[in-house]
Amino acid sequence: MSETESNPPAEDEPNRERTFGDYGGQYVPEALMPALQELEDAYQRYVLDNEDGFMDEFRERMRDFGGRPTPLQRADRLSKRYDREIYLKREDLVHGGAHKLNNALGQVLLAKYMGKERIIAETGAGQHGTATAMAATHLDMPCEIYMGRTDVNRQRPNVYRMRMNGAEVNPVDAGSGTLKEAINETMRDWATTVERTHYVIGSIVGPHPFPRLVRDFQSVISAEARDQIQEQAGRLPDSVVACAGGGSNTMGTFHEFVPDSSVDLYAVEAGGSSLEIDQDEGLAPNSATLSTGTDGVLHGAMTKLLQTTDGQIVESHSVSAGLDYAGVGPELSHLVDTGRVTPASVDDDAALNAFHRLSNLEGIIPALESSHALGFLEEAHEELGDLVVVNVSGRGDKDLETVLEETENRDLDAAPDVEVFDT
Amino acid sequence: MSGEQTAAIESDIEAAIREDHPALITYITAGDPSLEDTKEYVEALDCGGSDLIELGLPFSEPIAEGPTIQAAINRALDAGTTPARFFELVDELETDAPLLVMTYYNMILQYGSEPDVRPFVERAADAGLSGIIVPDLPAEEADPLRDACDEHGLDLVFIVAPTTAGERLDRIMSQVSGFAYVQARLGTTGARADVSNATHDSLTRLSAYDVPKAVGFGVSEGDHAAEIIEAGADGVIVGSALVDLIAEHGTGDAPAADALESKARELKRGARRGGEQRNGHEQGREEAPEPEQP
Ligand SMILES: Cc1ncc(COP(=O)(O)O)c(C=O)c1O
Repeated sequence: MSETESNPPAEDEPNRERTFGDYGGQYVPEALMPALQELEDAYQRYVLDNEDGFMDEFRERMRDFGGRPTPLQRADRLSKRYDREIYLKREDLVHGGAHKLNNALGQVLLAKYMGKERIIAETGAGQHGTATAMAATHLDMPCEIYMGRTDVNRQRPNVYRMRMNGAEVNPVDAGSGTLKEAINETMRDWATTVERTHYVIGSIVGPHPFPRLVRDFQSVISAEARDQIQEQAGRLPDSVVACAGGGSNTMGTFHEFVPDSSVDLYAVEAGGSSLEIDQDEGLAPNSATLSTGTDGVLHGAMTKLLQTTDGQIVESHSVSAGLDYAGVGPELSHLVDTGRVTPASVDDDAALNAFHRLSNLEGIIPALESSHALGFLEEAHEELGDLVVVNVSGRGDKDLETVLEETENRDLDAAPDVEVFDT
Repeated sequence: MSGEQTAAIESDIEAAIREDHPALITYITAGDPSLEDTKEYVEALDCGGSDLIELGLPFSEPIAEGPTIQAAINRALDAGTTPARFFELVDELETDAPLLVMTYYNMILQYGSEPDVRPFVERAADAGLSGIIVPDLPAEEADPLRDACDEHGLDLVFIVAPTTAGERLDRIMSQVSGFAYVQARLGTTGARADVSNATHDSLTRLSAYDVPKAVGFGVSEGDHAAEIIEAGADGVIVGSALVDLIAEHGTGDAPAADALESKARELKRGARRGGEQRNGHEQGREEAPEPEQP
């Protein structure tokens, strides 16, 4: 950490508060309530009060095992293209290739301090699953991952990575076989095994205290970036941009900037192919929860959701599996309502173009999730001021197969000639 | 039993549990496989001796449910079951047993034109429902729904889990409305082959609380019902075992209704047998001191 000042914790936001304004809460089966209380207690003692040096050990392991701090890199060619200063926060360089390890390692370590014996987690794209499997192996804890059947089939390499790191992978056949169903099934496991198992939830979603706990582990991103930008550019940025699925990289990137009222915060969701919801079929061809969702309760929290007027949760869509979720973290819903965070969305085509553009111009292959933040930069850079920080939440190696297939089926300006691969 | 709570007016649900004690509470998912079938099935369960009937209003993310009821919910949703049609069905039902709706909180919140629990409760009262059970609503989040239920004279039934203890247990047991839904084991709903040790532990732990207690999660046979009632429960709740019968028989098939009715009879007989055995023990133990109040 540099000597530049970091923000003091906001006084008006007691960490034991169960809600963020009207959002959050603990809408879970009674059987889980005692476990949530136990977790609240552990969160207070180990994370907030650094009891037994928990946070010191966490930071040390994130350095030695996780590769932190990550650089804040000036993107020279993007800066030129957009005629302003563009800085990239390189979470793609965290061990495992995404910000997900910040949270996974924090929670697995916390579970250890709590005396839990078993780790379970859901995964969508497989990024959180692989990060949890890595963290669990690193800390010698048995680990089971629930993953929707559709995701198992479209994210094979990540399934292998989890297996290689010694985790069990349990495919979930219910519904559309994606993240939502994986979370349901992990909650069911937890409701059965709660006494000795910790559920490492993968984003700032779920019942209190998960949204705060995950945010605090992820806020290392903004703690570093806020110092780095002041050191490298001499001032705070005009805008900070991050993609948002559940919103963990998002709040991680925003948290320390929230009190800086001169800094605009943009949460970029997946616009998919359209922003409309098909009420009859219960389908949303997007995951733009913050922009288009309505208030309701899903997976333990009151938040903005993609749902029918009757209250059934709809199937979301995005070309990027990690953003494909019908809910979003309650803290982001709150910050959007108060106007502190501006929601935006970028469609599949724009994200794919941004994927190719960053690969082409900067020699960085970004995750398709992160490509949404970069797509927004292309579309809205004129509104973002002279100094912009964009979070590259992950690297795109996991997405190559999807991108090759999607690139063939679409007319993308920024795509290279991929025919060389066919000959 | 709640006999001592003379100050409060006895609800339909409390009366039903007291009148034909020990009580059989049956559950099926509304709309599985169609709402017309549900009507017939509810009548069969009523004839078979159910003292209370729970109707599941299907929600797309049933996190407290095991595979059996998840599948029933999928069938019901595929058949186009909506809250509006559900209430139309309840409007038509005429049963001796009071009816409860079991659904997830989001379904209750979304019933009106904006997120608010009151329109749902109002419509439920209108349709003649006597109570609501919400598996994802712990006591801590229940104030708005409790207020609305109080206003309309509905019972809001809370679940007590094997992990519920200490101050929270006291608080939940002091606010029991209708009956305490005692979750027999950790995990999700689903028929099981035996009565868990957790059930016996829970009933022992809860024996000091003078409120009606009904045990659910895993109960599937008359013998289970007997064992649970003998161990101190006032009622048994059976869901997955009935849903399994519906799934086996398929749609528009009269034998499903017959099977439900005879299963209900078996369960009710078991409950009565358990009650007689318990009365036998209690008479033999007349000299024993009263358990202390917590
Ligand atoms: C690289 C990357 N970025 C972003 C996300 C979206 O999650 P969140 O919104 O919680 O950061 C994922 C999820 O898998 C991811 O893998």
